[in-house]
Amino acid sequence: MTEASVWTACLDLIGGTTPGLWPIVALSLRVTLSAVLLAALLGLPLGALIGLSRFPGRDAVVIVVNAMMGLPPVVAGLLIYLALSRSGPLGGLGWLFTPTAMIVAQALLVTPIVVAITRQIVEDLWCEYAEHLASIGLTGLAAVPTLLWDARFSLATALLAGFGRASAEVGAVLIVGGNIAGHTRIMTTAIALETSKGDIPLALALSLILVSLTLAINAVAYAASRVGARHAG
Amino acid sequence: MRDVASILPLRLADVGLEIDGRTLLANVDLVVAPRTTTVILGPNGAGKSMLLRLCHGLVAPTSGSVEFALPGGAVAGRKRHAMVFQKPVMLRRSARANIEHALAAHGLARTAVRDRAAAALARFDLADLAERPARLLSGGEQQRLAIARAWALDPDLLFLDEPTSQLDPANTRLIEAMLADLAREGRTLMLSTQAPGQARRLADRILFLARGRLLEDRPAAEFFAAPAPPEAAAWLAGDLMD
Repeated sequence: MTEASVWTACLDLIGGTTPGLWPIVALSLRVTLSAVLLAALLGLPLGALIGLSRFPGRDAVVIVVNAMMGLPPVVAGLLIYLALSRSGPLGGLGWLFTPTAMIVAQALLVTPIVVAITRQIVEDLWCEYAEHLASIGLTGLAAVPTLLWDARFSLATALLAGFGRASAEVGAVLIVGGNIAGHTRIMTTAIALETSKGDIPLALALSLILVSLTLAINAVAYAASRVGARHAG
Repeated sequence: MRDVASILPLRLADVGLEIDGRTLLANVDLVVAPRTTTVILGPNGAGKSMLLRLCHGLVAPTSGSVEFALPGGAVAGRKRHAMVFQKPVMLRRSARANIEHALAAHGLARTAVRDRAAAALARFDLADLAERPARLLSGGEQQRLAIARAWALDPDLLFLDEPTSQLDPANTRLIEAMLADLAREGRTLMLSTQAPGQARRLADRILFLARGRLLEDRPAAEFFAAPAPPEAAAWLAGDLMD
């Protein structure tokens, strides 16, 4: 392998000479962004709720959620696989080896990150806001929208961390998606496959594209939250 | 002058507050009459802030009762008194959005929220700062915004916890003038302060607290003419008290 062959592979990919690149990139983004969206819808309110509430066993919940951030992707994949397989409790949905299953598996990986970081951020903000919010009648659950909105720029970091985990992992999507060409193949599974086939230039070219996309998304998110934070103080 | 069926007088009967075995307030009896300015004096840790929080309903007494003159007492009055904290809590939003947020929390309709917020900004001379992030305002501007935000809720009774403790003399004068205006328009004020001069300028009535006990409850003129308990006299004379 030479450096030139990487660049040739890269140019072939981007130029469209290698068939099937853009569907793979598009599916990668669709799966990962859907998973992050799903995790945000679940994780933001849940994290805020844990941040605000005091109940017996809360410490245990916090520890479990924090530990779930380290859940190995292959284990998450296996759990979703078992749930979605024909004899599993959700087998009737027919989701196994579809992008939907991949989204569910990645959401399972991302949600604990969103919950854990949101809990910490909301708890800190609550310390500052609690008396004022109680004074104007916003106690308990009623305070959650205010806290999430005011923490929005910090929470963007939680979502980016989640995005990072989802876009980087290969184990979960491989197990529940099956890496079927043109159907469930995404960038990370394609890289794993090309590497094992020995097509290192193609694997490297795909990696370069994946890393560039991640960098671009983070740069845009960072710039947006900097501008926003300056306006919100 | 405002003319509303008031939630006042507010009556505290034999109120006590214990937290983790520490007595923060004990045997407090007092009545807050409508259209008066009550100033709570006393050294740090006397329980001034706690007494305000208790009256505002943020803290429940462990003994005794806190009752507003409305059916349902404390609960019924919930939305008709407001509080300004020693360190103003500024939401991470514009000055205008800070006021609108409080109004929306009180359940006002969208147009009413906008109109009332605009009125509050104009009245407290904040219109030019309306779109600025509240947390980037100066200390004096933040305190003014906190008072504007409380005023916007149209409270019968306004609690203020050491409203000028972090301000320079110019801003202190400005805030005191605003409080005097609020009193003139018929609002009832209850504030704590460390500054006897401020109490002289604003108070109709003085409460003197030390170590969680109400040692003195008298018209301001009488109190300053002859503060009865030795603690109050010593405090006014500038002695250091435990």
